[in-house]
Amino acid sequence: MDKRMKINKRKKKMSYAKWGYILLIPFFVVFIIFQFIPLMQTFYYSFYEYYSIGLSEIGPNFVGFSNYVKIFQGSILKYAGNTLILWILCIIPQMTISLLLAVWFTDIRLHLRATGFFKTVIYMPNLVMASAFGMLFQMLFASNGPIVDLLMDWGWIEETFNINQSVWGTRGVIALMNFLMWFGNTTILLMAGVMGIDNSVYEAATIDGSGPFKTFFHITMPLLMPIFIYVVITSLIGGVQLFDVAQIFTSGSGAVNNSSKTLMMYLYKLIGTSKNYGEAGAVSVVLFVLTAFLSFLVFAFTHRNPNKLSRKQRRLVKEYQLKGGEKDA
Amino acid sequence: MQKKILRLVVGVGTIAALCSCGDTSNVSGINTDGTNEGDVLNIRCWNDEFQGRFRSYYPDYMETDSDGNDILRDGTKVVWTITANEDNAYQNALDVALKANETADADDKVDMFLMEADYALKYADSDYSLDVKNDLGLTDYDLSQQYQYTKDIVTDSNGALKGVSWQACPGLFAYRRDIAKEVLGTDDPDEVQQHLSNWDDFNDVAAQMKDKGYYMLSGYDDAYRAYSNNISNPLVNDNDEIVIDPMIEEWIDTTKYYSDMGYNHGTTLWDTTWSADQGPNGKVFGFFYSTWGINFTLEGNSLADPTAAKELGNGLYGQYAVTEGPASFYWGGSWLAGAKGTDNPYLVKKIMQTMTCSRTVAKHLTLDTLDYTNNKAAMEEIAEDDTYGSEFLGGQNHIALFAKSADKIDMSNISPYDQGINEGIQTSFADYFAGSVTKEQAWDNFYTNIAEVYPNLQRIED
Repeated sequence: MDKRMKINKRKKKMSYAKWGYILLIPFFVVFIIFQFIPLMQTFYYSFYEYYSIGLSEIGPNFVGFSNYVKIFQGSILKYAGNTLILWILCIIPQMTISLLLAVWFTDIRLHLRATGFFKTVIYMPNLVMASAFGMLFQMLFASNGPIVDLLMDWGWIEETFNINQSVWGTRGVIALMNFLMWFGNTTILLMAGVMGIDNSVYEAATIDGSGPFKTFFHITMPLLMPIFIYVVITSLIGGVQLFDVAQIFTSGSGAVNNSSKTLMMYLYKLIGTSKNYGEAGAVSVVLFVLTAFLSFLVFAFTHRNPNKLSRKQRRLVKEYQLKGGEKDA
Repeated sequence: MQKKILRLVVGVGTIAALCSCGDTSNVSGINTDGTNEGDVLNIRCWNDEFQGRFRSYYPDYMETDSDGNDILRDGTKVVWTITANEDNAYQNALDVALKANETADADDKVDMFLMEADYALKYADSDYSLDVKNDLGLTDYDLSQQYQYTKDIVTDSNGALKGVSWQACPGLFAYRRDIAKEVLGTDDPDEVQQHLSNWDDFNDVAAQMKDKGYYMLSGYDDAYRAYSNNISNPLVNDNDEIVIDPMIEEWIDTTKYYSDMGYNHGTTLWDTTWSADQGPNGKVFGFFYSTWGINFTLEGNSLADPTAAKELGNGLYGQYAVTEGPASFYWGGSWLAGAKGTDNPYLVKKIMQTMTCSRTVAKHLTLDTLDYTNNKAAMEEIAEDDTYGSEFLGGQNHIALFAKSADKIDMSNISPYDQGINEGIQTSFADYFAGSVTKEQAWDNFYTNIAEVYPNLQRIED
């Protein structure tokens, strides 16, 4: 009787672990076939000259680093700059408004009504397909479209205005589109972060006489830092890959003087007519390195030791100890 | 146990039998006597122009079913795969399908595909299109009435004819009669042509238009082909270097002048404002159009109410006329090609024969749609017909005008890179015309753009 129970117990322990691994297999199989192997192939082809002229293929011929030299002599830095500018233009309003909304929605004393409704509504643009969103704005801002008509009626401009010819106009609208699509998502994440802060801290601050600004900058922001940094860096990773909004809005042209052409648009162009897997591979590797570096930053930041004191804190502790443990009067 | 084995064997046997049934590909030679034809004809194109022609004029067409497929009299199903041209999507999809054609399922094989003038050479010179005479069986007699240039453009480097077209596309200048009357005092095509017969006179008229508050042209690229078709050398030489012809430079300078003086409306080809300029709210004098443009684009854009009948009173219907303009040019055109590996060669040949070689079909097509068809006899018949006039063009016999210029078209300076270079120049210089970049920057942008599209082409350093 005893023996059988013991064997059963042992069997139960082993089978749980086994099932865990078995359930992970589908993910790994899909990952290896559809992501890892193509990634390795991309790396591989980035060292080869491999493109098509018409229906005939040139290559793959091994050319070492010449693809990388070619793209850096070309305009990849300009496109990287465009991508960065577009991201900055988007992230600043997005973070500001999201923080504001997150704080307001979770403030007990403010007690906003119908926050559920607002949360749903601000999240909705995220559900719209980015290409559809891009097309909508393209039609809105067309030179015979409603926005231009409105501006002419108000007398702000005299003749029709082609937004694609304005460097900052196009960039501004693309940033606006991204902002509208993502600020709902960011607000909800930050709200989750704020709600994780213990209310007693706020009560203590109020008792000590802290006003709203002081509370925000000295209590909310420091305690929100982990989530805030996470949101910023994942937004940066997404921003590096900005494609559909810019592509659809500028019809692939990148607006005047290629000022709104992003890295992904460049990549897309390379594999378009000429199926240039060599150079496109090189661009992909650059993007991969950039994204990997940013992911590493997120990882390092969120996994650092919370008990490790900062330099200032260590200095204060030392002073305290030197004074023999007495608190400053 | 034995029952299980029996079931397994029967099951595997059935599946194997069914699999071998599906393979009807013809490895040795192409059988064009109509036997062993597949049940599905797959046609690939980028818009519904040919689809409309096919449904109206192919005699064996019976009806369209609810999936959008056409059913022919013998039960064959015609499946249309329409992929738009934007971002090169049509050619990308077509290339993949053509390369896989030998091993595809019979019902999925691409049987026929369409190609535009700009990239026809790419497919004509490849192994993926069929020789219409030797492989499909069209005869010299069938092809005798076609205009020579339509055959030259799809003849490969070995002299084989790889495609046929139902259209010839000489270009004309379509102008608004009401504006012509107001500014030039006449709307008669011959008299208007006196004012537009060369570029200097054309530019003078542009100034007159501006004085009366009209634009001469709508977009930057409207006049491009009138210049680019008259180049003296191909755009890419034998060393894969891009050679910019003086005509292109002239187009750049003239368009910059027009943009600065306000003679054009600053639109881009095909955008919503350009289309609206052709309608009753537009203030543009004229548009460079070729034959298909008049009936496929201008007519639709000129209406005030697109859903109402196309007749006088609906917008600018009847208010346009055409004239030769300052330079002869051609613009586009669509060619039909048979795909290598097709399982319906006889049907492909029949469609080509009916739609592109038949004088009756050609004549009806032109009378109904104003399109200029690829049949000299039919076009000359209509050109000499005094009673023929197009209602859309206010009663003008535009076929007579086209017939004069169709024979003059010279396609000897095309290159396989024309499409990318034409588009690249137009895109890069739009910024220059709008005043946002300098000419040097526009050239740099053009070459950067070309390097992304055609990596093997070189820039000539001067």
